[in-house]
Amino acid sequence: MALFAFIVLVPSARGVYYAFTDWDGLDPDHAVIGLDNFSAMLDDPDALQAIWHTLLIAVAITVIQNGIGLLLALGVNTVIKSRNVLRVFLFAPAVITPIVTAYLWRNLLGPEGAVNSLLGAVGLDSLQQDWLGNPEVALWSIVGVIVWQFAGYSMVIFVAGLQSIPKEIYEAASIDGGGAFRRFWSVTRPLLAPALTINLMLSIIGGIKLFDQVYALTGGGPGHATDTISTLIYKDAFTLGEFGYSIALAVVLTIIVAVVSSGQYVFLARNERSAS
Amino acid sequence: MNRYGWRTGVLELAMIAVALIVGFPLYVLINLSLRPTSDTSSPIIPTTSPTLDNFAAAWQEGDLGNALINSVLVTVVSVVLVLAVSAMAAYPLARATAAWSKGMFLLILLGLMLPFQLASLPLYQTMRDLGLLGSVGALVLFYVGLQVPFTTFLYVGFLRSLPPDFEDAALIDGSTPWQAFRYIVFPMLKPITVTALVLNAISIWNDFFTPLLYLSGSDQQTVPVALSGFVGQFVTDWNLIFAALVISIVPILAVYFALQRSIINGFAGGLKG
Repeated sequence: MALFAFIVLVPSARGVYYAFTDWDGLDPDHAVIGLDNFSAMLDDPDALQAIWHTLLIAVAITVIQNGIGLLLALGVNTVIKSRNVLRVFLFAPAVITPIVTAYLWRNLLGPEGAVNSLLGAVGLDSLQQDWLGNPEVALWSIVGVIVWQFAGYSMVIFVAGLQSIPKEIYEAASIDGGGAFRRFWSVTRPLLAPALTINLMLSIIGGIKLFDQVYALTGGGPGHATDTISTLIYKDAFTLGEFGYSIALAVVLTIIVAVVSSGQYVFLARNERSAS
Repeated sequence: MNRYGWRTGVLELAMIAVALIVGFPLYVLINLSLRPTSDTSSPIIPTTSPTLDNFAAAWQEGDLGNALINSVLVTVVSVVLVLAVSAMAAYPLARATAAWSKGMFLLILLGLMLPFQLASLPLYQTMRDLGLLGSVGALVLFYVGLQVPFTTFLYVGFLRSLPPDFEDAALIDGSTPWQAFRYIVFPMLKPITVTALVLNAISIWNDFFTPLLYLSGSDQQTVPVALSGFVGQFVTDWNLIFAALVISIVPILAVYFALQRSIINGFAGGLKG
């Protein structure tokens, strides 16, 4: 417990304090400058853009990853023969080190990379491009990499949720004349709510805190096209030496995480209760 | 509705197609890692003259042996400490009904919410002042402090669902509280221990940001940091880089495929809590 305080609580509290100073990370002397770091943020297009990117990435990952994860879960939770092999295989990317998948994809998505080669091979030459070098597309490429890695993770949690639904309910619904879609909507959807809650929490918070993959795929570039709050925190602190400003960004990140997760928790808890 | 008809067959084929798409990047990874640098054909064509030279070169140039030893050491020591401390901390927490255990619980939840970015910079300074930068021990310290709350949280939830009758019986038969914990309670905690082991081991093994901060500039490295340095050094020699990536993921995938049932259940089960 003392260690927890030393590693997490005390540094976090000091972090909040430093956000109101002009600390440069080296000099023990620093002045308290009030809200200057925060007002500077409002005049800093890079910071505003990074906040926007962070939210965009988090929402995009949450929607796409869980959508695909749910479809995969419905697919493997059937009588198909390869269901167990598929489950193990589709989950595999989730255990690979994120930085490794990022480096792998940096090559695949490059101008001479495998993605472009594949597009060329199937006659879609018009889609070939520099996936990470084009500021319009780079952010979406990052989202794609995350989804590739973690859709299997969402799937596994959805499968666990699906398997906890008693078969009798489906049989009863079937006898009462419920078609496949009706069964999904009226039985699966509400009873899957707990699994959905966990999945949404994990993916949105993971998306907001995202660092490794952005750092390794694009480093925030081209320009600042893919900078998120996390990469900006790292750059401001360790390449520009603006620790106070950097920590102020971390405080903003904390607030976003807290607001999103408690808001989501309240909303989903209510949803779960009304569904069950 | 549970019979294997033509619709199921179509679904099966569709799912296998999806799996092939998911597996495609891994195919390219292995394909390119086996290819001599002189071979510049398209990355999706199977290599005609496969060679293991890249692996030998990557192993030597990247100092990967050392990094693997460090990673294994940090992961094993941290996980063992985390599990031992958490299980022992959770036992009194779960059995005591005192009001402070609720306060403690809220504090732990707060710790789970705070993003590591907030604490990392002041902690960096503290570690520097203590002279702990660049040491593997500091990493272990960090992970234990970071992971114990979450793991204790898992254990408390699980313990609350276990009836206290068994340990009461043992206590009446004259065992000490420690014996009751060691021989009665801890074995019953096995399912949650497996879950906690899997979640902790994977997140510690894969962590990049922490060792990047605390080990930078030293000769001690973990696998993710070593790889990042390696990529920086051999920017365009992708065949070599891919060989290094393959070396780094073989241990995880080997463990994963060997223990896949426990690992998948660990991920799915621990999060239901």
